[in-house]
Amino acid sequence: MIQSHLRRLVGSHAVAGYGFLLPWLIGFFFLAVGPSLISLYLAFTDFDLLTSPEWVGMANFERILTADAKFMASMRVTFMFVILSVPLKLALALIVAVALNKGLGGLSIYRAIFYLPSLLGASVAIAILWRQLFSGDGLVNMALEPFGIIGPSWISNPNYSLWTLVALSVWQFGAPMIIFLAGLRQIPADLYEAASLDGAGPWRQFRRITVPMITPVIFFNLIIQTIDAFKSFTPSFVISGGTGGPINSTLFYTLYLYQEAFGFFRMGYASALAWILLIIIAVFTALSFLSSRYWVHYDE
Amino acid sequence: MATSVALNSVAKAYGAVSVIENLNLNIEPGEFTVFVGPSGCGKSTLLRMIAGLEPISGGDLVIDGQRMNDVPAAQRGIAMVFQSYALYPHMNVQQNLAFGLETARMPKDVIAQRVQHAADILKIEPLLKRKPKQLSGGQRQRVAIGRAIVREPKIFLFDEPLSNLDAELRVAMRVEIAKLHRDLGNTMIYVTHDQVEAMTMADKIVVLRAGVIEQVGAPLELYNRPRNLFVAGFIGSPKMNFLPDGNGTLGIRPEHVSLSSGVPLGDMRVEVVENLGGQTVVHATAAGGTPFTLLLDGQQRIDVGTSLPVFMDPDHAHRFDAKGERIGGAA
Repeated sequence: MIQSHLRRLVGSHAVAGYGFLLPWLIGFFFLAVGPSLISLYLAFTDFDLLTSPEWVGMANFERILTADAKFMASMRVTFMFVILSVPLKLALALIVAVALNKGLGGLSIYRAIFYLPSLLGASVAIAILWRQLFSGDGLVNMALEPFGIIGPSWISNPNYSLWTLVALSVWQFGAPMIIFLAGLRQIPADLYEAASLDGAGPWRQFRRITVPMITPVIFFNLIIQTIDAFKSFTPSFVISGGTGGPINSTLFYTLYLYQEAFGFFRMGYASALAWILLIIIAVFTALSFLSSRYWVHYDE
Repeated sequence: MATSVALNSVAKAYGAVSVIENLNLNIEPGEFTVFVGPSGCGKSTLLRMIAGLEPISGGDLVIDGQRMNDVPAAQRGIAMVFQSYALYPHMNVQQNLAFGLETARMPKDVIAQRVQHAADILKIEPLLKRKPKQLSGGQRQRVAIGRAIVREPKIFLFDEPLSNLDAELRVAMRVEIAKLHRDLGNTMIYVTHDQVEAMTMADKIVVLRAGVIEQVGAPLELYNRPRNLFVAGFIGSPKMNFLPDGNGTLGIRPEHVSLSSGVPLGDMRVEVVENLGGQTVVHATAAGGTPFTLLLDGQQRIDVGTSLPVFMDPDHAHRFDAKGERIGGAA
């Protein structure tokens, strides 16, 4: 009796399904949920990797929010980066996608070329290349020299350093572009035909048909790219040599968090920083979803 | 007031593939013209060429005496109702109706007055604030027609506008479009593959096959004097019966047969009987296995599998030569 039950259970689809899910479930619980819960606990301790964690209550959060100048600097840099890079990247992605959607020959080749930086962009190698491009004697200044312009060291000048990171981020417009392209192809051609019969030229068609029709795609890209920008780390780490300099001008939030965790081994403090970032991203995402009902148009 | 349309030696080719060649047609002012034909016959392409949505490869499109080949779609004085309705899904009904007028930078009071007028004609006033996704198929179709009306075009074009509606609604909208034509008096060109729509709505039917006009005429003219086998078979429902007749073909409409008097056609075996209440459709097979349909008045008690003596009315017989062209006259 028990044996036949067991045999039926082992042979059932549910067991097979959970069997296939198991590697992912193990990863999810041991590499995501588990560490997250532990970090939540550590955020309320003074854990320093060497001694056992002592409960400090809200002390870490209090210090971060009231007495940490570097936290404020990193917040300012990160918000500036998000506000500058995300709209520029999405605008460029949309412009290129619209151009590619015009029935250009060799579409797949262009698509691959434009997508390539997205694959390479977050890598250390590209960040190093960026440092070479924008350094005092880098390629950008070499290109400007024939025009009589003696450019500064873009990455060493606090007025420009963040812009080099914004440029690197915008250069990686390939992923949102591919998604925009897929969205543009879903717009029925007869809407444009109806609009052209209504006398709408290309700009009015873009503004009144294309943009509203792809607002779900814009919304998706906005969320993904903003979260990505908040979490951005490698470019700032490599280009500033891990310092966030000059004068904290490239001190991304994640870089500051890294410095606290692995530079000063203040794991409890860094955990509190990580949870603040999570809350910021969650609030942004929630606000985006709340606002979406006013500007995102879903058909059917 | 109403507008004439002329197609002079019009041609359309996609690369080396020619889909319409040397097509000539005159549409009189105020006429309701229906392009009808099977799928792929070029009727929608022709309509889109008139609309300015497809470039014309050869010949002239003349509207009110003016060559229009190179005039942009918006400046041809036409409005089009699409098969898919093509309503802007992110705009409400009012915004859909007003879009073309806003694009033309018309004064706000004129826009409001025209939208209201169209809404009154089509009885869509209560729907003005709704989005297309909140409308039924029939309501969407009305809005699509409304969008054409507000522009006060010289010519209305309809591209299979009823094909997405259910049978009942289709009949209702057919009547509404016919009424609209009567009230507005504009030139209208209507594309359909449904010959019943063509017969019931048209002043003039243009039967197309493979990019060539097979016949142009009033609905009853096409019904009574089809120029060839294709038109004879396409116009009329149920379709005309064809029997071998020497080297040619004898055509007899299902409604022009009798079980008691006329010229005998021989006995036919009954395969299927459809009792429609007012009429009875009998699907039978003639000698040699040729299918033959009879449309009889009233409710007939006919058993499947029996043989029926069938007679035809000689005054309504159609004769076609070996090439399928009409011989002489009938009816």
